Amino acid sequence: MASISMERGESMAEIRLENLKKCFGQECAVKDISLIVPDGSFTIFLGPSGCGKTTTLRMIAGLEHPDQGDIYIGGKRVNDLQPGKRGVAMVFQNYALYPMMTVQENIEFGLKNRGMRKEERKQRIKEVAHIVDLSAHLHKKPHALSGGQRQRVALARAIVKQPDVFLMDEPLSNLDAKLRTHMRTELTRIHRDLSATFIYVTHDQNEAMAMGDQIVVMKAGTIQQSGPPWDIYHKPANVYVATFIGSPPMNMFQRDKLLAYVMNTPEYSEGMRFLHHETEWLGIRPERIMLSPYHTQHEMFQALDGIKIPGRMVAREMLGDETIYHFDTPLGPLQAKIYLLPPLDDDRIELMLPYEAFHQFDRGEQLILAARPHQKETPVFKREYERVENT
Amino acid sequence: MTTQTPLSIKKVKSMKNVMPRQQAPFSWHAYLMILPSLSVFLIFYIIPIFYLIFLSFHDWDLVNPVKQWIGLGNYFELLQDADFLQVLQNTFVYTLLTVSLLIILSLLTSLWLNQNDIFTRFVQGAIFSPYIISLVSVALLWLWMMDPQYGLLNAILTWFGLPPYPWLDSPDTALYALVLVSVWQGLGYNTLVFIAGLNSIPTDLYEAAALDDTPSWKTFFRITLPMLSPTLFFLVIIDLIASFKVFETIAIMTGGGPLNSTNMLVYYIYQYGFRFYKIGYASAAAVILLIILSILTWLYFALLEKRVHYR
Repeated sequence: MASISMERGESMAEIRLENLKKCFGQECAVKDISLIVPDGSFTIFLGPSGCGKTTTLRMIAGLEHPDQGDIYIGGKRVNDLQPGKRGVAMVFQNYALYPMMTVQENIEFGLKNRGMRKEERKQRIKEVAHIVDLSAHLHKKPHALSGGQRQRVALARAIVKQPDVFLMDEPLSNLDAKLRTHMRTELTRIHRDLSATFIYVTHDQNEAMAMGDQIVVMKAGTIQQSGPPWDIYHKPANVYVATFIGSPPMNMFQRDKLLAYVMNTPEYSEGMRFLHHETEWLGIRPERIMLSPYHTQHEMFQALDGIKIPGRMVAREMLGDETIYHFDTPLGPLQAKIYLLPPLDDDRIELMLPYEAFHQFDRGEQLILAARPHQKETPVFKREYERVENT
Repeated sequence: MTTQTPLSIKKVKSMKNVMPRQQAPFSWHAYLMILPSLSVFLIFYIIPIFYLIFLSFHDWDLVNPVKQWIGLGNYFELLQDADFLQVLQNTFVYTLLTVSLLIILSLLTSLWLNQNDIFTRFVQGAIFSPYIISLVSVALLWLWMMDPQYGLLNAILTWFGLPPYPWLDSPDTALYALVLVSVWQGLGYNTLVFIAGLNSIPTDLYEAAALDDTPSWKTFFRITLPMLSPTLFFLVIIDLIASFKVFETIAIMTGGGPLNSTNMLVYYIYQYGFRFYKIGYASAAAVILLIILSILTWLYFALLEKRVHYR
């Protein structure tokens, strides 16, 4: 795919949603959503199915009319504007290509409706076909194309209109894993080159993390958190976001469980100062847990600035680059993720949970204290990394 | 691995060569199983068709033990018979009018009724109901309604201050009256099939069109109609064949008159075969109908094959 020469107009395309609400009968898909999507951002609506992310997108597109609230695109209220007049283009989950038209006619259709001159249309189609690498397929019908090619036609149909806003409804979900990763990079590149506002709906947190510069985590028609991927991962606003992001999800347990365990092991009374007085829930990411046979040499493990607990291995998933361990511990079931180390076979292992790796949440499941991100790479990790690089 | 791969390829190749040549061993059981349906098919379909063609080359009155061979005599006579040419013309006019009216009207009603509320469901049921009534009843009902003196239709016309219409009594209007009846009768079925066709068009196409800022007339002609074309085509052929075979309404309402103005192929065949006992002559007319219907059926399958199914 070639680089992009198409330019966008001067118009700003910040999208502002104010108290949006949409119900279908008794079911409210979107309850109360207020959000600012900055101009030129790659914003991801992330959430499980039924969380209202697609409905929100469709309201921005104009395919659904909100029951309440206002939608502004570039400072202009668009609630009563037809979808075609909003300066947005949409890529549908099933591509929604016109099956009776050739690839070229598909791409051209929106331009024709605008009454664009033929030479200009030809020029634009040529450029866009080059961008998405479809020049050889312009005269085919969609049914003669592969899934990835159809996806690119859908993309081309959106790009060719040079909209201020791209709306994408899980556009990669019908592709196979390899193509999906490839298209991810393509989309990031296209976004960078077009510098338009992208809103992208997905339930796949990897996609969200990989492409987004703003992630909006949604659940049951409400926004749980919105922010850059780094914040979503490192400062999850509440228990829901903490356990939604990350694979496997963050380990959560209640304060009482921890205190009950600590009471029998007096050496930790000092360490419990890390607990905030309002903390009700504690969370630790599987990738922050240390295991004794691997990490005993590690400075943090030796410095004892964490809780050591015995664990009985219940299951182990070896995934190549990483191994996921499932343990039964006095704190309940815990999962640990270890990178690039040979799998352990012992079924009794000592786990170390560093104090600084804990997220703390209050009674209302809201974040009080976030874990401190890794300041430096662990020596073990670094050594393994280099070894893999050299071979 | 390396040694297994070529082996498996060889296997596939050899299977490819063998598969088509391999034939199931001849089995009497299988033929025994299909014998009942095969015999019904032979006795009631295949043999009569060939017998019909055989009869069309003869002069026969159904009673005389001798069937006299006259070659193409019946066909020459048919094509020189002004009545038959009139009948052919009637059939074509009737078919053209019925099919085009049916398709256009049912397409419009289906666009109107393509919703799922109580009212439209009621209307759907209402316009479908004539289709399940026996054609004989339909014909009798309309015969009564079209009565020039006591009929409901003329009563309505005079109530509005309009002059009474001759309906079935004039050679100029009788054919159109028959068209009206068959359109009324077939509208519900056609509409229902169109609604099914409309429902099978994915909604995201319309959404894509909306985002492409497509005017509604263009959405209809560029998206709805092409997506509906398999349905449209199916209905056109079905309606064509059905209206070529029209019989009941003629038999009950007009008897082919006045002045042969509503006589059509099937009724003409019936008249010559079972009223005038000119079996050979009727058979020749039937062969002509058979040819017309065969062409239509062939057209249906040939074009259906070529049609792109937008899936």
